[in-house]
This record gives sequence, structure tokens and C-alpha cells, in this order.
Amino acid sequence: MAMQPHGGAGRAEFLACDPLSSFRAMLFLRRFEERAGQMFAMGLIGGFCHLSIGQEAIAVGMRQAAHPGDPFIASYRMRGHLLASGADPRAVMAELAGRRDGLSRGKGGSIHMFAPELDFFGGHGIVAAQASIGTGLAFASAYRGDGKVCVAFLGDAAADQGQFAESLVMAQRWALPIVYVIENNQPRDGWNRLALADRGAAFRIPGEEIDGMCLASVRDAGTRALDWARAGHGPTILEMRTERYRGHSEAEPGKYRGGEKKAAPAPDPIARLRAEIVEAGLASDAELRRVDAEIRARVADAAEAAARGAEPAAAELMTDILL
Amino acid sequence: MITHVLMPALSPQMKSGTLVRWLVEEGEAIEAGDILADVETDKATMEVEAAVSGVLLRILVSEGENVAVGAPIAAIEPTPERPAQVRAPEPARRQPEPAPVARLTVREALRQALAEEMRRDDSVFLLGEEIGAYQGTFRITQGLLEEFGPKRVVDAPIVEHAFAGLSVGAAFAGLRPVIEFMSFNFVLQALDHIVNSAAKTLYMSGGALNCPIVFRGPNGASARVGAQHAQDFSAWFAHVPGLKVVAPYTAADAKGLLKAAIRDPNPVVFLEHERLYGESFDPPADPEALVEIGVAAIARSGEDATLVSFSRGVALALQAAEQLAGQGVAVEVIDLRTLRPLDMACVIESVARTGRCVVVEEGWPQGGIGAEISARLMEEAFDLLRAPVRRVAGRDVPAPYAANLEALARPQVGDVVAALESVLYL
Repeated sequence: MAMQPHGGAGRAEFLACDPLSSFRAMLFLRRFEERAGQMFAMGLIGGFCHLSIGQEAIAVGMRQAAHPGDPFIASYRMRGHLLASGADPRAVMAELAGRRDGLSRGKGGSIHMFAPELDFFGGHGIVAAQASIGTGLAFASAYRGDGKVCVAFLGDAAADQGQFAESLVMAQRWALPIVYVIENNQPRDGWNRLALADRGAAFRIPGEEIDGMCLASVRDAGTRALDWARAGHGPTILEMRTERYRGHSEAEPGKYRGGEKKAAPAPDPIARLRAEIVEAGLASDAELRRVDAEIRARVADAAEAAARGAEPAAAELMTDILL
Repeated sequence: MITHVLMPALSPQMKSGTLVRWLVEEGEAIEAGDILADVETDKATMEVEAAVSGVLLRILVSEGENVAVGAPIAAIEPTPERPAQVRAPEPARRQPEPAPVARLTVREALRQALAEEMRRDDSVFLLGEEIGAYQGTFRITQGLLEEFGPKRVVDAPIVEHAFAGLSVGAAFAGLRPVIEFMSFNFVLQALDHIVNSAAKTLYMSGGALNCPIVFRGPNGASARVGAQHAQDFSAWFAHVPGLKVVAPYTAADAKGLLKAAIRDPNPVVFLEHERLYGESFDPPADPEALVEIGVAAIARSGEDATLVSFSRGVALALQAAEQLAGQGVAVEVIDLRTLRPLDMACVIESVARTGRCVVVEEGWPQGGIGAEISARLMEEAFDLLRAPVRRVAGRDVPAPYAANLEALARPQVGDVVAALESVLYL
């Protein structure tokens, strides 16, 4: 593998909870996704590209709340969770471009990436698949008694899927250590998307509605839910109210949401933290701009390497089918 | 007039059952509707009620004894004021069953495989509907809850979609789930995870994440259950890269292949057959032996025609071969045992000698296993063929309920004989 560690955000960077580290972490996810959007527009990324711009506080906050070893699993809108788990951004960008150095060696694509050595279990293209697979990761932790808690991220629409309700049946019955994080990015039609935190009520599964645009709120709620599960009390649903600034995917700009792009609303998680940092005198505006420039350079390095990278060898076609 | 209480039939295909325990004693006065005894089959347990009031004169079958359906199990004297000498019942039940001389049923073979692999590897667990306290709908898991406890023999709610997904997550985390579907007809609810999650992840992850799961249960024809409980899904799973698909016939293969499937690092679909569970076969020579997945077996040797089948189809094939042996025709029967990867080398080696091939399956003909083998023979062994390949399959129709229509919809020995005669130009 040609990936160099200098391209990696590094896992420690995503575990530190201080304001500056948190700012860097969220800004890194945003710049990465912005660049991915550009790469898609340039035709370097095929198929889909579901960006999570606006939702950075959730991935970073839950990673900060979780213990090392707690498994994460997500949908196709998962690069934030993957990068926050410490995946090498060069490998992620190379996968987006379908290159041999990609995280899935070019065979997965934007929605199928896995990093089990970092406790990240995908990357699932079927809506709500991660709800039941994540319940299985939690089942394994309970089976072994290893004290790990699974964090399964779902979109608001995935909470409507039958297998989410089926998963709740089992999670409740066996008091499985799992936190279901519903990233409610609030489609404009408002249809059936309220009170997702209450979806577990019939199963006596506690739910909480959280400001998903506030890193501290996410981290605090995540810590409570993870502690609850680790103490053997079973599952929790955290509904994170958030905003996705872009369409459902870059192939489908989401005009149904009432406009392709809207101005970032006031509580942008990164702008909010940035203001707090400056106000508290932890860093100057100029220093934060330098941080941004460093991050942009790292992302550009990953993007340029991906653009230049070689496609998989033809012999790769028929490998990795069976072990 | 003495009335006999007869062994009831608990299901249409039931031939015999076990008398579990008597709830009354000889000489006891009973009322019509009183529960006399518990009886059970591999599928169900039922209470036997008294049809008339009177005195229970004689218990004819002891507890634990296996009794043919319709055989008398007790005698009742409906006029209690005149207790008479008990008349011995008709002697049908008195014929002692031949002692099973070290024969092994498919059910017991599967149970042994599960238990042995669970003893060997703590990461193996069973999950399915009614597999624990109820002992399994077909009694495959009988006794396993008692030995391994509820942590490793997990009664699942009826949520096939999500428990298939749960098994994928558990396998991702390094466990070895063995998932029982009460019937493979319910697998359609779970097909998404078997195909999209279990079969594809190794490829989609570039080899980073494998998914060792066994999805097992009865597949194919069952008697008088109609269209939604009797479908054969063999060809559906055999279509999917990333899966291994196994469909054994004999007890020894069932055991050795299930043990191999549990140890396999890939997802394995293990197709059993309800109507083979009670069939007895010679036990494996080495009870601990694994049977390699992907290798067919010659079930009967012959030089005149090749008959290819799997699962219960092998029974039809062997009967047809026996019939033709009476006409001096030597038919070779190949038991595929595994449907993916398909052991075409074995089939072609046989066809190289016989020049003729018939494929037998219970499933629908279009896009079936027979269609695949026929196409592969045409592509890879055309010059060896001396007659067109023939398929014998289930009829192209949802399974009907009426007994006569059901028989018409399923391949029969006569169909296999006719197909053999056609390829032999007899």
C-alpha cells in the first residue's frame, strides 16, 4: 500500500476533546467533503457521493464520547464517521476515485468502505442495514462481555425501515449495548420526521433529542448513552437534530428540500466553535486561518494523489470473492 | 364393546410418533375429553383425549415407545359397571421395530455436528425461532439448550430480516453464528442481508472483512402446506458469488458438511430437507470427519447414463437407477452435495464415460440447477454428449395444496425413468 501516514488525520486527533482539536477535527471533515463534492463534479468520483457537510459535530462528538474499541457503523453517508475513526484520508479519497490504493482497493466505492482494525464496520448502501448489523456487533460484545458499546448511525428516513423496529425488538429483549444515533437532517417536507427519539417508546427504550449542531451537546449525550449501555442497561436512541447543507447525494441535489443550497444557518457547528475559541482567547483568527490552510493542504494532497492514482489491476476483478 | 384409542396423526406426513407419558392408569375411570397421554413427533407435541367415557382397561404402549399412526395405544371399556377381561389388541403394534443397528438419521447427524462444533469453538452460537425451549421445530436442536445454555442457543423473535442482519454484525465481530430458518420460505425476508451484506462485504471491503455465518434450515418440498411453505430456493442461492451453497442427501454428508460449513470463513447457505430429517443412513466412518465443500460424490456407479441430483432428489435418482438396472442399464448417480462452487469436473468426468446426462431437482425449471448444468455441459463438454441433456424438475407453478395436484407438480421416479429412457433412446 502506498499510503503515507503524513496524509492521515491520525486517530488521536479525533479523540482529544479540547476545543482546538475539536475544531480541527470538524473542519477536516468539512474540507474533505467539500473536496469530494468538487471531485464528483469533475467526474473523478462515479455513481454516488452522499456528503455530510453540516453534520460534522455528530461524527466527531460521538467519536470523542466513545471508548477506543467501541464499534461504529453507518450508512452510505459515512465518511465523517470513517475519518473520525482514524481512517487514512488518502485511502478514503483514493476509494472515492476507484483507485487501487483505495480503502477497498477500488472495489467498494463511496458507500462501501470498512476499517475493522479501527472498529469501523461500514459503510452500508441499503437503508437501515446498519441498524441490524450494528445490533449484531452489540450482540457480539454482550456475548463476549468485552464491555464495548456499538454506535450505529442512521438517517431520519432509515428510522422508518422495518428492520430498525425489528432491531429494537432484539436490542431491548437482550439489553444489548448499543446507541442508535439518528441523524435527523430535517427534510423540508417535515413528513413523519418528528419525535424520532420516541421511536423506542413502545419497547421502553429511552430516547433523547439532541442539538446535533452543538459538539458539546452531542458528546455529553453520547457519553450518557454509552455509559448507560456499558452499565448493562441496554440500548438508547439519540435523535440528533442537524442540517445537511447539500442534497441527498451529489447525483441528486435535493431540490425537494426547497433549494439546492441554502445558506449555512446560524448554528453551524464549526462556526460556533470557532467563535467560542476566539472569544476565549484560545487562538486568534489568524491562527485558525492557518489551521484551515493546513487542513486544505492535507485534503488537496489526498485528492491529488487520488486523481493521479492507478486503477486496480484487471486481476483484482476476481479476487476477494471467497476466503 | 371395547373401544381402542388410536395413535393420532399430528401432521399429514407423520408415519409414527412417540408416546411420551401416560396421564392415567389402568383401571382408572375416565370422562370423554380427559387427557390420556402426551405424544410427540419430531415436529410437535400433542395431547390425546378420550373420545368416550368409561374405564381405562389396558395401556398397550409403554412410555417412550414409538408407535405407528393408527395403531391402538389403549383400550377403554365404555360400560364401567361390567369390567370385562381385556382383549388383546390387533397385533400390528406388537411387531418389534427392527433395532436401529448403528444407523444415523439426518436429524441426529445435524444435531451431532452442531454440538461437536459448539464444544470445539466457543464463538459458535445458534440463533433461530423456537430452537431453545421448544427444542426446534424439527427437533434439530433438541437438547442443545440444556447443554449450552441460553447464551449460545438463542431463541429469536420472528424478525428474519433483522436477525439475519444481526448475524452479519456478530460475524463481523468475530463470532460464528449458525442461523436456523424454521423454513427457507421465510428466508425471503432475510435475503437482503444474506446477499447484500453477508455475500458481498468481503469483495466490497477489498478483502478487509469476512463474514463466517451458516444459514441453515429445511428447504424445498413439504407435504400439503401449499405454495408459501414448499419452495426450493437452491438455484436462488447458487446464483450468488460470495456464498457457498450446500445441499446434502445422506446423514454422513449432512454431518461432515455442516461441520465444514461452521468452520468455513465464508457465508454458507446450508439447505436441508424436511423429508430427509427422519431418514436413516450409514453413519460416517470417522464421526469427526469433515466433508469438503465443493466436492460431489458418486452415489452409484454406472457406464450407460449420468444422473445428477442433490438433496432429496438423490433418493429419486437412486430409485430410478435401480429400476433401470432391472432392464440391464447401468446408471451413474452423482450427488452434487454442494451447489456453489459446483463440481462440474465430477459431472464431466462421468459424462465422458456415459455420453448422456439427466439432472433431477425439485425446484422450478427456468434458471434452475439443471439449466445451469445443462448449459455448462453444452459449453464445456459438447463433444462428449451422445444425446441432449434432459432436466427433470418441479413443474413451473406455485405448489398446489390438493394432494393429486401436489403430486403432479413434483418430480416423481417415473419422470426420472422416462427422462433416462429418452436420453438412452430406449
